[in-house]
Amino acid sequence: MAPKEFCKMLSRSKPGPGDGGKTGSWRVLRPVIDLEKCIPAKKNKKACFTCWLYCPDSVVSKTVPPSINLEYCKGCGICAEECPAGAIEMVDESSFIVEDK
Amino acid sequence: MYMIESGNVAAATGVQLARTQVIAAYPITPQTPLTEKLSEFVESGVLDAQYIPVESEHSAMAVCIAASTAGARAFTATSANGLLYMHEQLHWAVGARLPLVMCVANRGVGAPWTVWNDQQDSMSQRDVGWIQLYANDHQQIIDTTIKAFRLAQTVSIPVMVCYDGYLLSHTYMPFDKPDQEKVDAFLPPFTPRHFLDPEDPGNFNTVTLPDIRPGVDGTIEPGYMEIRHNLHQELREAIEVYQEIDREYQEQFGRGGTPLVEEYRCDDADYVAVCIGSLSYQFRDVIDLMREKGAKVGVMGIQMYRPFPDQAIVAALADRKGVIVFEKALSYGNQGPLYGDIKSALYSCEKKPALSNYILGLGGREIKTSQLIDALTEACAGQAAEDAPRWIGLKL
Amino acid sequence: MDNKATILNLTEEEFVHPGNRACSGCGLSIVYRIGLKALGKNTVLVVPPSCLTVMQGLYPVASTKIPCVNVTFASTGAAASGVRGAMKALKKDGVNVVAWAGDGGTGDIGIQALSGACERGEDIIYICYDNEAYMNTGIQRSGTTPQGVLTTTTPIRGKLQEKKDIPAIIAAHGIGYVATASAAFPLDLYEKVKKATTLSGPRYIHVHTPCPPGWNFATRYTIKVGKLAVETGLFDLYEIEDGRLTLTGPSKRLLGKKRKPVKEYFDVQGRFKSLDPELVETLQGRIDAKWENYNDQQQQ
Repeated sequence: MAPKEFCKMLSRSKPGPGDGGKTGSWRVLRPVIDLEKCIPAKKNKKACFTCWLYCPDSVVSKTVPPSINLEYCKGCGICAEECPAGAIEMVDESSFIVEDK
Repeated sequence: MYMIESGNVAAATGVQLARTQVIAAYPITPQTPLTEKLSEFVESGVLDAQYIPVESEHSAMAVCIAASTAGARAFTATSANGLLYMHEQLHWAVGARLPLVMCVANRGVGAPWTVWNDQQDSMSQRDVGWIQLYANDHQQIIDTTIKAFRLAQTVSIPVMVCYDGYLLSHTYMPFDKPDQEKVDAFLPPFTPRHFLDPEDPGNFNTVTLPDIRPGVDGTIEPGYMEIRHNLHQELREAIEVYQEIDREYQEQFGRGGTPLVEEYRCDDADYVAVCIGSLSYQFRDVIDLMREKGAKVGVMGIQMYRPFPDQAIVAALADRKGVIVFEKALSYGNQGPLYGDIKSALYSCEKKPALSNYILGLGGREIKTSQLIDALTEACAGQAAEDAPRWIGLKL
Repeated sequence: MDNKATILNLTEEEFVHPGNRACSGCGLSIVYRIGLKALGKNTVLVVPPSCLTVMQGLYPVASTKIPCVNVTFASTGAAASGVRGAMKALKKDGVNVVAWAGDGGTGDIGIQALSGACERGEDIIYICYDNEAYMNTGIQRSGTTPQGVLTTTTPIRGKLQEKKDIPAIIAAHGIGYVATASAAFPLDLYEKVKKATTLSGPRYIHVHTPCPPGWNFATRYTIKVGKLAVETGLFDLYEIEDGRLTLTGPSKRLLGKKRKPVKEYFDVQGRFKSLDPELVETLQGRIDAKWENYNDQQQQ
């Protein structure tokens, strides 16, 4: 008989997204990028990416143009505050609800 | 190979034979010579281990916990207040299911300061979930230490090997040192299923919820209570596992056979004295002397205290006229901890033995054979059958 | 380092999953995200209870892609020593053993174990994110809470005592590398952590970490507030190597220059609202004296 395997229950977590759920639902204000002002979008090449650097939740992509993962974006507004081109505006989530309707 | 050495060196030799990989060391009397001996083994190259001279016992257990989580066989030793200082870490180590081994040279706890032997230190840690084994002489210290490593890694539960401070830690006795090759065959290397591995990154001992929860792949994983239940169940199973390990050890090394309790002249005894540690050997003289006068008495030493081998204890004690529990520890405000456990184990027996409880030897108070004879005689006469413990040798 | 870290050359690889439980605008999230980029995959973390414990996820989900052992509050430095001990015993080289703790876990309850590890010369990196109070338990004062700060245990007058200087205490152990950094200057932080990975022995990095709920400012100002702490000369970015302190980056650029008044930093945070003008003046005086000293040393 094979010896019994002990300790099958152990608090050992495996990595994955969304431990806190869809944290986009925390958001009150939504970051909206104005591609007319956004530096990498305007230059159409990899540049600036200040929003990507400072984003606490790594929901901004380092792409041209940058995009924001709204499923998880908590809406802190750091990207809007730090954008050197003033290209990101924090818009009340309620306006999107109206839009959706 | 026969050696004449101290109990601490017997323990250190067991740790060396177990090819321990990480040793956390912090001095405290009377465990210190064990720690010193291990430093000598490591510095001289006899033992290939990392020796980490930490700044506290709390950190000693932290080193062991972390080293074991990283996949190394880890060991530390302590006594008295050092063990108490580790209390939080003892819980942590067992909750993390780490196969640590720790020697405890039993000593009384402060305040007031005492450096001498009793068993209040390890007894006060009986509920943390560690396996507690007690050795009665030097041979048992080295054998139990080796078996403890095997037991710990079989059931993923840490093991405390306890022996009486000074009475065993500092006295010299002959004992056989097992051959390294045979120990290697008996104790395979530690190869944990999970460890701190960048290739398979797991997060150990994370905050765990009151209820079950799905994991990343959707599998339902246990909550805190299931994990704790599993620990308890497997701790209970460790009684059987240890008996098997002891049987194997006996086959290989010719010693053992009494992993849970060790009886002396109990076969036809009406009255059995029960105690833990070297006292059970001291008691053998008492039994011999009383037997010479016709008293049908025996003594039983508890070798495994946690998990509590209640079935073995009931089997050994159920039909006796009296059971007399002698303890070097007290659950203050109640009675001796072992007494309470034995009483509870015997509760379901149809014919209950008369029970008595004696407290003795606290803070190293000398225990005289004559006192033990008097107490046992008194108990056999039915004069001590009461719950309140009687104290031996008090000078009020 | 051959190449200076820039936003453009910073790795896109993320070691922290989104959707974790960190608060919106969390300074630690930035520090952690950037720090792990610098450490890379071949790392083992040791974490005591702190905001990071919660941020790292609740069983069975981890938000971190780095192996981690959670340990008791007082044991971080010793536990990191134990991990390194095991790595040595198992002949596993090239793994960064990194302790990551808050200011309370480092400078208060954890200082004994950290001091021991430093004295023994353990081969570990210790990163302290200093958000200047016990934030995870709900903003109680710590040894590193600055003077005058309102917390839930200094609710009316603010903390009466000065901030404990943890990096100086650690530097006094004579270890090879001590640095300070800030969540508001991620590239400076990245370079320091990266440099630490190239060194051996105990390495300590103390990171000033703004906390919107704890410091009482709007989440969007995390970087602004962190920058002000540096630009006013209150929190200095430096490295200490071979006993020599060298200001770095944004702090270095302040040498010989006029700094912003520290009042600007205080005014943007609710936690300083009970500061009286006299104390502001005293605190400004301390900063001025410290910088006079820096400037003098610079001239020597």
